[in-house]
Amino acid sequence: MRRKSGFSFGLFYFLVVAFILFLPILLLVVFSFNDSTKLVFPLKGFTTQHYADLVGNREMVEAVRTSVLLGLGSSFLATALGTMGAIALSRFKFPGKGFFTAVSALPLVIPYVILGVSLLIMFNQVGIKLSAWTAGLAHVVISIPYALLIISSRLAGFPDNLEEAAMDLGATYWGALLRVTIPISFPALVAAFLICFTISFDEFAISSFLVGTQPTLPVYLYSQLRFPTRLPLVVSLSSILMVATMIIMLLAEWLRRLGDTTR
Amino acid sequence: MEKQNRLAVLLGPPGLYLLILFLLPLGIMAVFSFRAGTIGDARFIYTLDNYREFLTKTSFHRLLLISARIALTIASLSVILAYPLAYYLTFRAGSRRVILLTMLIVPTWTSYLLRIFAWKLILGSTGLLNTFLLWIGAIEQANPILLYSRNAVVITLLYVWVPFVALPIFAALERIDPSLLEAAADLGSRPWETFLRITLPLSLPGVMAGFFFALIPTLGEYVTPLLVGGGQGAMYGNLIQDQFVRALNWPMGSVMSLAMLVLAIPLLFLFTKAGGSDLVEF
Repeated sequence: MRRKSGFSFGLFYFLVVAFILFLPILLLVVFSFNDSTKLVFPLKGFTTQHYADLVGNREMVEAVRTSVLLGLGSSFLATALGTMGAIALSRFKFPGKGFFTAVSALPLVIPYVILGVSLLIMFNQVGIKLSAWTAGLAHVVISIPYALLIISSRLAGFPDNLEEAAMDLGATYWGALLRVTIPISFPALVAAFLICFTISFDEFAISSFLVGTQPTLPVYLYSQLRFPTRLPLVVSLSSILMVATMIIMLLAEWLRRLGDTTR
Repeated sequence: MEKQNRLAVLLGPPGLYLLILFLLPLGIMAVFSFRAGTIGDARFIYTLDNYREFLTKTSFHRLLLISARIALTIASLSVILAYPLAYYLTFRAGSRRVILLTMLIVPTWTSYLLRIFAWKLILGSTGLLNTFLLWIGAIEQANPILLYSRNAVVITLLYVWVPFVALPIFAALERIDPSLLEAAADLGSRPWETFLRITLPLSLPGVMAGFFFALIPTLGEYVTPLLVGGGQGAMYGNLIQDQFVRALNWPMGSVMSLAMLVLAIPLLFLFTKAGGSDLVEF
Protein backbone atom coordinates (compact mmCIF):
# COMPACT_ATOMS: atom_id res chain seq x y z
CA MET A 1 0.00 0.00 0.00
CA ARG A 2 1.24 3.41 -0.95
CA ARG A 3 1.71 5.64 2.06
CA LYS A 4 2.21 9.30 1.37
CA SER A 5 3.90 11.29 4.07
CA GLY A 6 3.84 14.72 2.46
CA PHE A 7 0.98 17.17 2.20
CA SER A 8 -1.99 15.92 0.25
CA PHE A 9 -5.60 16.69 -0.47
CA GLY A 10 -6.59 14.01 2.03
CA LEU A 11 -4.64 15.67 4.82
CA PHE A 12 -6.00 19.07 3.86
CA TYR A 13 -9.58 17.77 4.05
CA PHE A 14 -8.87 16.11 7.38
CA LEU A 15 -7.43 19.29 8.87
CA VAL A 16 -10.34 21.41 7.63
CA VAL A 17 -12.83 19.04 9.29
CA ALA A 18 -10.76 18.96 12.49
CA PHE A 19 -10.67 22.77 12.49
CA ILE A 20 -14.47 22.92 12.18
CA LEU A 21 -14.81 20.35 14.97
CA PHE A 22 -12.71 22.48 17.32
CA LEU A 23 -14.09 25.86 16.24
CA PRO A 24 -17.25 26.03 18.41
CA ILE A 25 -15.30 24.86 21.43
CA LEU A 26 -12.57 27.45 20.92
CA LEU A 27 -15.23 30.08 20.47
CA LEU A 28 -16.76 29.29 23.86
CA VAL A 29 -13.36 29.50 25.52
CA VAL A 30 -12.58 32.80 23.78
CA PHE A 31 -15.89 34.33 24.91
CA SER A 32 -15.34 33.10 28.47
CA PHE A 33 -12.38 35.51 28.72
CA ASN A 34 -14.10 38.35 26.83
CA ASP A 35 -14.75 41.45 28.91
CA SER A 36 -18.41 41.87 27.99
CA THR A 37 -21.75 40.45 29.04
CA LYS A 38 -22.73 39.87 25.42
CA LEU A 39 -21.50 36.98 23.35
CA VAL A 40 -20.96 39.03 20.19
CA PHE A 41 -18.09 40.17 18.02
CA PRO A 42 -15.97 42.23 18.10
CA LEU A 43 -14.22 41.09 21.29
CA LYS A 44 -13.84 43.75 23.99
CA GLY A 45 -10.90 42.78 26.18
CA PHE A 46 -9.47 40.15 28.46
CA THR A 47 -11.02 39.32 31.84
CA THR A 48 -11.25 36.46 34.29
CA GLN A 49 -14.23 38.05 36.02
CA HIS A 50 -16.71 35.51 34.63
CA TYR A 51 -14.74 32.74 36.29
CA ALA A 52 -14.68 34.62 39.59
CA ASP A 53 -18.48 35.04 39.40
CA LEU A 54 -18.94 31.28 39.14
CA VAL A 55 -17.83 30.57 42.68
CA GLY A 56 -20.58 32.61 44.32
CA ASN A 57 -23.39 31.01 42.33
CA ARG A 58 -25.24 28.75 44.79
CA GLU A 59 -27.68 27.17 42.33
CA MET A 60 -24.91 26.26 39.99
CA VAL A 61 -22.68 24.78 42.65
CA GLU A 62 -25.68 22.73 43.78
CA ALA A 63 -26.31 21.53 40.20
CA VAL A 64 -22.65 20.52 39.85
CA ARG A 65 -22.91 18.57 43.12
CA THR A 66 -26.08 16.80 41.94
CA SER A 67 -24.48 15.87 38.64
CA VAL A 68 -21.29 14.57 40.23
CA LEU A 69 -23.17 12.39 42.75
CA LEU A 70 -25.52 11.17 40.04
CA GLY A 71 -22.64 10.41 37.71
CA LEU A 72 -20.78 8.45 40.39
CA GLY A 73 -23.86 6.45 41.40
CA SER A 74 -25.15 5.67 37.93
CA SER A 75 -21.75 4.78 36.49
CA PHE A 76 -20.97 2.52 39.45
CA LEU A 77 -24.22 0.64 38.89
CA ALA A 78 -23.79 0.57 35.11
CA THR A 79 -20.22 -0.75 35.42
CA ALA A 80 -21.31 -3.46 37.87
CA LEU A 81 -24.23 -4.55 35.66
CA GLY A 82 -22.08 -4.26 32.54
CA THR A 83 -19.38 -6.46 34.09
CA MET A 84 -21.93 -9.16 34.96
CA GLY A 85 -23.44 -9.01 31.49
CA ALA A 86 -20.03 -9.04 29.81
CA ILE A 87 -18.90 -12.13 31.76
CA ALA A 88 -22.19 -13.88 30.95
CA LEU A 89 -21.91 -13.02 27.24
CA SER A 90 -18.25 -13.89 26.78
CA ARG A 91 -18.02 -16.98 29.00
CA PHE A 92 -21.38 -18.73 28.58
CA LYS A 93 -23.55 -20.08 25.81
CA PHE A 94 -27.25 -19.83 26.47
CA PRO A 95 -30.58 -19.65 24.61
CA GLY A 96 -31.67 -16.06 24.03
CA LYS A 97 -28.10 -14.80 23.94
CA GLY A 98 -28.72 -12.95 20.68
CA PHE A 99 -31.84 -11.35 22.13
CA PHE A 100 -30.00 -10.20 25.26
CA THR A 101 -27.17 -8.76 23.14
CA ALA A 102 -29.64 -6.91 20.93
CA VAL A 103 -31.70 -5.50 23.83
CA SER A 104 -28.61 -4.35 25.70
CA ALA A 105 -27.31 -2.57 22.58
CA LEU A 106 -30.60 -0.81 21.77
CA PRO A 107 -30.18 2.05 24.29
CA LEU A 108 -27.20 3.12 22.13
CA VAL A 109 -29.47 4.23 19.34
CA ILE A 110 -33.06 4.50 20.60
CA PRO A 111 -34.23 8.13 20.36
CA TYR A 112 -33.75 9.56 23.83
CA VAL A 113 -37.08 11.39 23.74
CA ILE A 114 -38.84 8.00 23.69
CA LEU A 115 -36.77 6.67 26.59
CA GLY A 116 -37.40 9.85 28.56
CA VAL A 117 -41.17 10.02 28.13
CA SER A 118 -41.74 6.28 28.65
CA LEU A 119 -39.87 6.42 31.97
CA LEU A 120 -41.76 9.59 32.87
CA ILE A 121 -45.06 7.76 32.35
CA MET A 122 -43.92 4.72 34.33
CA PHE A 123 -42.60 6.70 37.33
CA ASN A 124 -45.78 8.72 37.31
CA GLN A 125 -48.02 5.63 37.22
CA VAL A 126 -46.10 3.76 39.90
CA GLY A 127 -46.09 6.89 42.05
CA ILE A 128 -42.33 7.43 42.22
CA LYS A 129 -41.56 11.10 42.76
CA LEU A 130 -39.28 12.62 40.13
CA SER A 131 -35.81 13.60 41.34
CA ALA A 132 -32.23 13.55 40.20
CA TRP A 133 -32.26 9.86 41.12
CA THR A 134 -35.02 8.96 38.66
CA ALA A 135 -32.84 10.57 35.98
CA GLY A 136 -29.92 8.52 37.33
CA LEU A 137 -31.87 5.28 36.82
CA ALA A 138 -32.25 6.25 33.16
CA HIS A 139 -28.55 7.10 32.88
CA VAL A 140 -27.74 3.54 33.91
CA VAL A 141 -29.87 2.22 31.01
CA ILE A 142 -27.98 4.28 28.41
CA SER A 143 -24.59 3.56 30.03
CA ILE A 144 -24.93 -0.25 30.15
CA PRO A 145 -24.17 -0.79 26.44
CA TYR A 146 -20.93 1.20 26.69
CA ALA A 147 -19.80 -0.64 29.84
CA LEU A 148 -20.73 -3.95 28.23
CA LEU A 149 -18.78 -3.22 25.03
CA ILE A 150 -15.62 -2.03 26.79
CA ILE A 151 -15.51 -4.86 29.31
CA SER A 152 -16.44 -7.56 26.76
CA SER A 153 -13.58 -6.55 24.49
CA ARG A 154 -11.19 -6.84 27.44
CA LEU A 155 -12.58 -10.25 28.44
CA ALA A 156 -12.15 -11.45 24.86
CA GLY A 157 -8.46 -10.58 25.23
CA PHE A 158 -7.62 -13.42 27.62
CA PRO A 159 -8.83 -17.02 27.73
CA ASP A 160 -11.23 -18.37 30.34
CA ASN A 161 -8.83 -21.15 31.27
CA LEU A 162 -7.21 -18.70 33.70
CA GLU A 163 -10.41 -18.97 35.71
CA GLU A 164 -10.34 -22.76 35.35
CA ALA A 165 -6.74 -22.84 36.55
CA ALA A 166 -7.70 -20.84 39.66
CA MET A 167 -10.55 -23.28 40.29
CA ASP A 168 -8.22 -26.28 39.88
CA LEU A 169 -6.09 -24.72 42.57
CA GLY A 170 -9.03 -24.68 44.93
CA ALA A 171 -10.79 -21.37 44.30
CA THR A 172 -14.56 -21.34 44.03
CA TYR A 173 -16.03 -19.95 40.79
CA TRP A 174 -16.85 -16.61 42.43
CA GLY A 175 -13.46 -16.55 44.11
CA ALA A 176 -11.83 -17.05 40.71
CA LEU A 177 -13.87 -14.18 39.23
CA LEU A 178 -13.01 -11.86 42.10
CA ARG A 179 -9.33 -12.72 42.30
CA VAL A 180 -8.46 -13.43 38.67
CA THR A 181 -10.99 -12.11 36.16
CA ILE A 182 -11.81 -8.79 37.84
CA PRO A 183 -8.19 -7.82 38.55
CA ILE A 184 -7.12 -8.64 34.98
CA SER A 185 -9.96 -6.58 33.51
CA PHE A 186 -9.57 -3.79 36.06
CA PRO A 187 -8.26 -1.14 33.61
CA ALA A 188 -11.30 -1.81 31.43
CA LEU A 189 -13.61 -1.53 34.45
CA VAL A 190 -12.16 1.86 35.33
CA ALA A 191 -12.33 2.99 31.70
CA ALA A 192 -15.97 1.87 31.56
CA PHE A 193 -16.70 3.71 34.81
CA LEU A 194 -15.15 6.94 33.53
CA ILE A 195 -16.96 6.78 30.19
CA CYS A 196 -20.29 6.06 31.91
CA PHE A 197 -19.59 8.99 34.22
CA THR A 198 -19.14 11.41 31.33
CA ILE A 199 -22.27 10.05 29.64
CA SER A 200 -24.31 10.71 32.77
CA PHE A 201 -22.61 14.03 33.46
CA ASP A 202 -23.38 15.28 29.94
CA GLU A 203 -26.88 13.83 29.51
CA PHE A 204 -29.65 16.35 28.89
CA ALA A 205 -32.34 14.92 26.59
CA ILE A 206 -33.57 12.27 29.06
CA SER A 207 -32.81 14.17 32.27
CA SER A 208 -34.93 17.12 31.21
CA PHE A 209 -38.03 14.90 31.55
CA LEU A 210 -37.03 13.15 34.75
CA VAL A 211 -35.17 15.43 37.16
CA GLY A 212 -38.25 17.02 38.74
CA THR A 213 -37.08 19.99 40.81
CA GLN A 214 -33.47 18.82 41.20
CA PRO A 215 -31.70 20.04 38.07
CA THR A 216 -28.55 18.28 36.98
CA LEU A 217 -25.86 20.51 35.53
CA PRO A 218 -26.92 20.21 31.85
CA VAL A 219 -30.56 20.87 32.82
CA TYR A 220 -29.45 23.89 34.85
CA LEU A 221 -27.26 25.15 32.00
CA TYR A 222 -30.15 24.82 29.57
CA SER A 223 -32.40 26.84 31.88
CA GLN A 224 -29.76 29.59 31.94
CA LEU A 225 -29.34 29.72 28.18
CA ARG A 226 -32.52 31.77 27.80
CA PHE A 227 -31.26 34.60 30.00
CA PRO A 228 -28.77 36.60 27.94
CA THR A 229 -27.15 38.13 31.04
CA ARG A 230 -26.32 34.68 32.36
CA LEU A 231 -24.50 33.59 29.23
CA PRO A 232 -20.95 34.63 30.22
CA LEU A 233 -21.37 32.52 33.34
CA VAL A 234 -22.52 29.53 31.30
CA VAL A 235 -19.66 29.97 28.87
CA SER A 236 -16.97 30.12 31.55
CA LEU A 237 -18.44 27.15 33.38
CA SER A 238 -18.59 25.20 30.14
CA SER A 239 -14.93 25.94 29.45
CA ILE A 240 -13.98 24.46 32.81
CA LEU A 241 -16.21 21.44 32.18
CA MET A 242 -14.74 20.84 28.76
CA VAL A 243 -11.23 20.76 30.16
CA ALA A 244 -12.35 18.47 33.01
CA THR A 245 -14.14 16.08 30.63
CA MET A 246 -11.14 15.96 28.31
CA ILE A 247 -8.88 15.01 31.22
CA ILE A 248 -11.27 12.27 32.37
CA MET A 249 -11.63 10.88 28.84
CA LEU A 250 -7.90 10.93 28.15
CA LEU A 251 -7.47 8.94 31.36
CA ALA A 252 -10.18 6.49 30.29
CA GLU A 253 -8.67 6.10 26.84
CA TRP A 254 -5.21 5.53 28.33
CA LEU A 255 -6.59 2.84 30.66
CA ARG A 256 -8.45 1.17 27.83
CA ARG A 257 -5.28 1.03 25.73
CA LEU A 258 -3.31 -0.20 28.75
CA GLY A 259 -5.73 -3.10 28.98
CA ASP A 260 -5.43 -3.84 25.28
CA THR A 261 -1.66 -4.02 25.03
CA THR A 262 -1.24 -6.61 27.78
CA ARG A 263 -2.98 -9.12 25.55
CA MET B 1 -26.71 -27.27 36.74
CA GLU B 2 -24.07 -25.42 38.68
CA LYS B 3 -23.16 -23.60 35.49
CA GLN B 4 -26.78 -22.56 35.04
CA ASN B 5 -26.86 -21.07 38.52
CA ARG B 6 -23.73 -19.08 37.79
CA LEU B 7 -25.23 -17.81 34.56
CA ALA B 8 -28.46 -16.87 36.34
CA VAL B 9 -26.57 -14.86 38.97
CA LEU B 10 -24.52 -13.06 36.30
CA LEU B 11 -27.28 -12.45 33.80
CA GLY B 12 -30.10 -11.81 36.27
CA PRO B 13 -29.25 -8.31 37.49
CA PRO B 14 -28.47 -6.67 34.12
CA GLY B 15 -31.31 -8.57 32.48
CA LEU B 16 -33.84 -7.52 35.11
CA TYR B 17 -32.59 -3.95 35.11
CA LEU B 18 -33.07 -3.59 31.36
CA LEU B 19 -36.41 -5.39 31.55
CA ILE B 20 -37.79 -3.11 34.27
CA LEU B 21 -36.28 0.22 33.25
CA PHE B 22 -36.09 -0.14 29.48
CA LEU B 23 -38.62 -2.62 28.08
CA LEU B 24 -41.36 -2.29 30.72
CA PRO B 25 -41.69 1.51 30.33
CA LEU B 26 -42.16 1.04 26.58
CA GLY B 27 -44.92 -1.47 27.31
CA ILE B 28 -46.59 0.83 29.84
CA MET B 29 -46.43 3.64 27.29
CA ALA B 30 -48.17 1.40 24.76
CA VAL B 31 -51.03 0.75 27.24
CA PHE B 32 -51.11 4.42 28.18
CA SER B 33 -51.64 5.44 24.57
CA PHE B 34 -55.19 4.03 24.70
CA ARG B 35 -56.27 6.17 27.65
CA ALA B 36 -58.97 8.76 27.20
CA GLY B 37 -57.25 11.15 29.59
CA THR B 38 -55.02 11.46 32.62
CA ILE B 39 -57.38 13.02 35.18
CA GLY B 40 -60.73 12.03 36.68
CA ASP B 41 -62.71 9.11 35.27
CA ALA B 42 -61.05 9.46 31.90
CA ARG B 43 -58.07 7.66 33.42
CA PHE B 44 -60.00 4.41 33.45
CA ILE B 45 -61.48 4.66 30.00
CA TYR B 46 -59.60 3.01 27.17
CA THR B 47 -60.31 4.21 23.69
CA LEU B 48 -58.98 4.35 20.16
CA ASP B 49 -59.69 8.09 19.93
CA ASN B 50 -56.03 9.08 20.33
CA TYR B 51 -55.12 6.91 17.39
CA ARG B 52 -57.99 8.30 15.30
CA GLU B 53 -56.90 11.81 16.11
CA PHE B 54 -53.30 11.00 15.26
CA LEU B 55 -54.31 9.48 11.92
CA THR B 56 -56.36 12.53 10.95
CA LYS B 57 -53.75 15.15 11.93
CA THR B 58 -51.81 15.61 8.72
CA SER B 59 -49.55 18.16 10.38
CA PHE B 60 -48.17 15.35 12.58
CA HIS B 61 -47.52 13.10 9.60
CA ARG B 62 -45.87 15.89 7.71
CA LEU B 63 -43.48 16.66 10.56
CA LEU B 64 -42.72 12.96 11.03
CA LEU B 65 -41.88 12.68 7.34
CA ILE B 66 -39.80 15.85 7.44
CA SER B 67 -37.91 14.51 10.47
CA ALA B 68 -37.33 11.20 8.72
CA ARG B 69 -36.00 13.10 5.69
CA ILE B 70 -33.72 15.23 7.87
CA ALA B 71 -32.45 12.09 9.64
CA LEU B 72 -31.79 10.38 6.29
CA THR B 73 -30.03 13.49 4.96
CA ILE B 74 -27.85 13.75 8.05
CA ALA B 75 -26.98 10.04 8.14
CA SER B 76 -26.12 10.01 4.40
CA LEU B 77 -24.13 13.24 4.43
CA SER B 78 -22.32 12.13 7.59
CA VAL B 79 -21.23 8.94 5.85
CA ILE B 80 -20.12 10.87 2.75
CA LEU B 81 -18.16 13.40 4.81
CA ALA B 82 -16.77 10.82 7.25
CA TYR B 83 -15.66 8.17 4.77
CA PRO B 84 -12.68 10.13 3.39
CA LEU B 85 -11.60 10.90 6.97
CA ALA B 86 -11.63 7.21 7.89
CA TYR B 87 -9.98 6.25 4.60
CA TYR B 88 -7.22 8.79 5.05
CA LEU B 89 -6.62 7.65 8.63
CA THR B 90 -6.39 4.00 7.67
CA PHE B 91 -4.37 4.07 4.47
CA ARG B 92 -2.62 7.41 4.14
CA ALA B 93 -2.00 8.92 7.56
CA GLY B 94 1.06 6.79 8.31
CA SER B 95 2.83 8.01 11.40
CA ARG B 96 0.30 10.82 11.88
CA ARG B 97 -2.50 8.37 12.54
CA VAL B 98 -2.68 8.55 16.34
CA ILE B 99 -2.53 12.33 16.54
CA LEU B 100 -5.11 12.76 13.76
CA LEU B 101 -7.46 10.22 15.32
CA THR B 102 -7.17 12.06 18.62
CA MET B 103 -8.00 15.35 16.88
CA LEU B 104 -11.17 13.76 15.56
CA ILE B 105 -12.31 12.33 18.89
CA VAL B 106 -11.35 14.99 21.43
CA PRO B 107 -14.04 17.53 20.39
CA THR B 108 -16.74 14.89 20.90
CA TRP B 109 -15.75 14.61 24.54
CA THR B 110 -17.05 18.06 25.34
CA SER B 111 -20.59 18.82 26.41
CA TYR B 112 -23.13 18.02 23.72
CA LEU B 113 -25.46 20.81 24.86
CA LEU B 114 -22.73 23.43 24.77
CA ARG B 115 -21.28 22.34 21.45
CA ILE B 116 -24.71 22.83 19.95
CA PHE B 117 -25.18 26.10 21.75
CA ALA B 118 -21.83 27.30 20.38
CA TRP B 119 -23.27 27.06 16.86
CA LYS B 120 -25.57 29.92 17.81
CA LEU B 121 -22.44 32.00 18.23
CA ILE B 122 -21.36 31.02 14.74
CA LEU B 123 -24.63 31.22 12.83
CA GLY B 124 -26.31 34.16 14.62
CA SER B 125 -26.59 37.66 13.19
CA THR B 126 -23.66 38.90 15.29
CA GLY B 127 -21.97 35.54 15.04
CA LEU B 128 -18.65 34.45 13.66
CA LEU B 129 -19.91 33.67 10.16
CA ASN B 130 -21.61 37.04 9.69
CA THR B 131 -18.69 38.93 11.19
CA PHE B 132 -16.33 37.10 8.88
CA LEU B 133 -18.47 37.66 5.79
CA LEU B 134 -18.82 41.36 6.65
CA TRP B 135 -15.11 41.64 7.17
CA ILE B 136 -14.21 40.12 3.81
CA GLY B 137 -16.97 42.19 2.24
CA ALA B 138 -19.05 39.30 0.96
CA ILE B 139 -22.19 40.80 2.51
CA GLU B 140 -23.21 44.39 3.12
CA GLN B 141 -25.05 44.05 6.41
CA ALA B 142 -25.36 41.38 9.08
CA ASN B 143 -28.31 39.05 8.89
CA PRO B 144 -29.04 35.77 10.61
CA ILE B 145 -28.53 33.86 7.37
CA LEU B 146 -28.85 30.45 8.86
CA LEU B 147 -29.84 30.55 12.50
CA TYR B 148 -33.36 29.43 13.42
CA SER B 149 -34.00 27.36 10.36
CA ARG B 150 -33.97 23.74 9.30
CA ASN B 151 -30.59 24.33 7.66
CA ALA B 152 -29.15 25.36 11.01
CA VAL B 153 -30.41 22.09 12.49
CA VAL B 154 -28.88 20.07 9.65
CA ILE B 155 -25.51 21.84 9.86
CA THR B 156 -25.33 21.46 13.63
CA LEU B 157 -26.33 17.80 13.61
CA LEU B 158 -23.82 17.05 10.87
CA TYR B 159 -21.22 18.64 13.10
CA VAL B 160 -22.32 16.33 15.93
CA TRP B 161 -22.40 13.12 13.89
CA VAL B 162 -19.47 13.18 11.46
CA PRO B 163 -16.82 12.08 14.02
CA PHE B 164 -19.10 9.39 15.46
CA VAL B 165 -19.82 8.01 11.99
CA ALA B 166 -16.14 8.08 11.03
CA LEU B 167 -15.17 5.74 13.88
CA PRO B 168 -17.06 2.58 12.84
CA ILE B 169 -15.96 3.13 9.21
CA PHE B 170 -12.38 3.47 10.42
CA ALA B 171 -12.75 0.28 12.49
CA ALA B 172 -14.08 -1.60 9.45
CA LEU B 173 -11.35 -0.31 7.12
CA GLU B 174 -8.70 -1.29 9.65
CA ARG B 175 -9.94 -4.89 9.60
CA ILE B 176 -9.26 -5.22 5.87
CA ASP B 177 -6.35 -7.56 5.24
CA PRO B 178 -3.71 -5.47 3.36
CA SER B 179 -2.66 -8.54 1.38
CA LEU B 180 -6.03 -8.40 -0.43
CA LEU B 181 -5.21 -4.91 -1.69
CA GLU B 182 -1.68 -5.97 -2.67
CA ALA B 183 -3.03 -9.00 -4.49
CA ALA B 184 -5.45 -6.77 -6.41
CA ALA B 185 -2.61 -4.44 -7.39
CA ASP B 186 -0.41 -7.38 -8.44
CA LEU B 187 -3.19 -8.66 -10.64
CA GLY B 188 -3.28 -5.33 -12.44
CA SER B 189 -6.20 -3.67 -10.72
CA ARG B 190 -6.20 0.11 -10.83
CA PRO B 191 -6.51 2.02 -7.54
CA TRP B 192 -10.13 2.99 -8.29
CA GLU B 193 -11.06 -0.56 -9.23
CA THR B 194 -9.46 -1.88 -6.04
CA PHE B 195 -11.40 0.67 -4.05
CA LEU B 196 -14.75 -0.10 -5.66
CA ARG B 197 -14.38 -3.86 -5.75
CA ILE B 198 -12.51 -4.60 -2.51
CA THR B 199 -12.17 -1.71 -0.06
CA LEU B 200 -15.69 -0.31 -0.34
CA PRO B 201 -17.56 -3.64 -0.11
CA LEU B 202 -15.43 -4.76 2.84
CA SER B 203 -16.04 -1.49 4.67
CA LEU B 204 -19.81 -1.65 4.22
CA PRO B 205 -20.50 -3.08 7.70
CA GLY B 206 -18.81 -0.02 9.19
CA VAL B 207 -20.70 2.28 6.83
CA MET B 208 -24.00 0.66 7.81
CA ALA B 209 -23.20 0.82 11.53
CA GLY B 210 -22.31 4.51 11.26
CA PHE B 211 -25.34 5.26 9.09
CA PHE B 212 -27.85 3.74 11.51
CA PHE B 213 -25.95 5.05 14.53
CA ALA B 214 -26.66 8.58 13.26
CA LEU B 215 -30.04 7.90 11.64
CA ILE B 216 -32.08 6.47 14.51
CA PRO B 217 -31.30 8.98 17.29
CA THR B 218 -31.67 11.87 14.85
CA LEU B 219 -35.20 10.74 14.04
CA GLY B 220 -36.23 11.68 17.59
CA GLU B 221 -33.88 14.62 18.08
CA TYR B 222 -35.42 17.55 19.95
CA VAL B 223 -32.57 19.35 21.71
CA THR B 224 -30.80 20.72 18.63
CA PRO B 225 -34.00 22.13 17.10
CA LEU B 226 -34.77 23.78 20.46
CA LEU B 227 -31.41 25.52 20.49
CA VAL B 228 -30.73 26.46 16.87
CA GLY B 229 -33.90 25.56 14.98
CA GLY B 230 -36.43 28.07 16.30
CA GLY B 231 -40.04 27.78 15.14
CA GLN B 232 -39.01 27.03 11.56
CA GLY B 233 -36.68 24.19 12.42
CA ALA B 234 -38.86 22.15 14.79
CA MET B 235 -38.73 18.39 14.40
CA TYR B 236 -41.09 15.56 15.37
CA GLY B 237 -39.25 15.11 18.69
CA ASN B 238 -40.27 18.65 19.65
CA LEU B 239 -43.89 17.75 18.99
CA ILE B 240 -43.61 14.81 21.39
CA GLN B 241 -41.84 16.91 23.99
CA ASP B 242 -44.61 19.51 23.72
CA GLN B 243 -47.28 16.91 24.52
CA PHE B 244 -45.51 16.04 27.75
CA VAL B 245 -44.18 19.41 28.86
CA ARG B 246 -46.58 22.03 27.55
CA ALA B 247 -49.82 20.52 26.22
CA LEU B 248 -49.83 17.88 28.97
CA ASN B 249 -51.58 15.42 26.70
CA TRP B 250 -49.60 12.37 27.68
CA PRO B 251 -51.77 9.74 25.93
CA MET B 252 -51.43 11.65 22.64
CA GLY B 253 -47.69 11.98 23.26
CA SER B 254 -47.56 8.22 23.78
CA VAL B 255 -49.29 7.57 20.46
CA MET B 256 -46.82 9.89 18.75
CA SER B 257 -43.84 8.20 20.42
CA LEU B 258 -45.13 4.79 19.40
CA ALA B 259 -45.59 5.97 15.81
CA MET B 260 -41.94 6.98 15.75
CA LEU B 261 -40.91 3.71 17.40
CA VAL B 262 -42.79 1.75 14.73
CA LEU B 263 -40.85 3.67 12.11
CA ALA B 264 -37.60 3.03 13.99
CA ILE B 265 -38.03 -0.70 14.75
CA PRO B 266 -37.05 -1.94 11.28
CA LEU B 267 -34.03 0.39 11.45
CA LEU B 268 -33.13 -0.89 14.93
CA PHE B 269 -33.36 -4.41 13.57
CA LEU B 270 -31.04 -3.53 10.68
CA PHE B 271 -28.64 -1.85 13.10
CA THR B 272 -28.28 -4.98 15.24
CA LYS B 273 -28.17 -7.19 12.12
CA ALA B 274 -25.31 -5.10 10.72
CA GLY B 275 -23.45 -6.01 13.91
CA GLY B 276 -23.65 -2.30 14.62
CA SER B 277 -22.91 -2.49 18.30
CA ASP B 278 -19.60 -4.29 17.65
CA LEU B 279 -18.32 -1.52 15.48
CA VAL B 280 -19.49 1.47 17.43
CA GLU B 281 -16.56 2.93 19.29
CA PHE B 282 -16.21 6.33 20.81
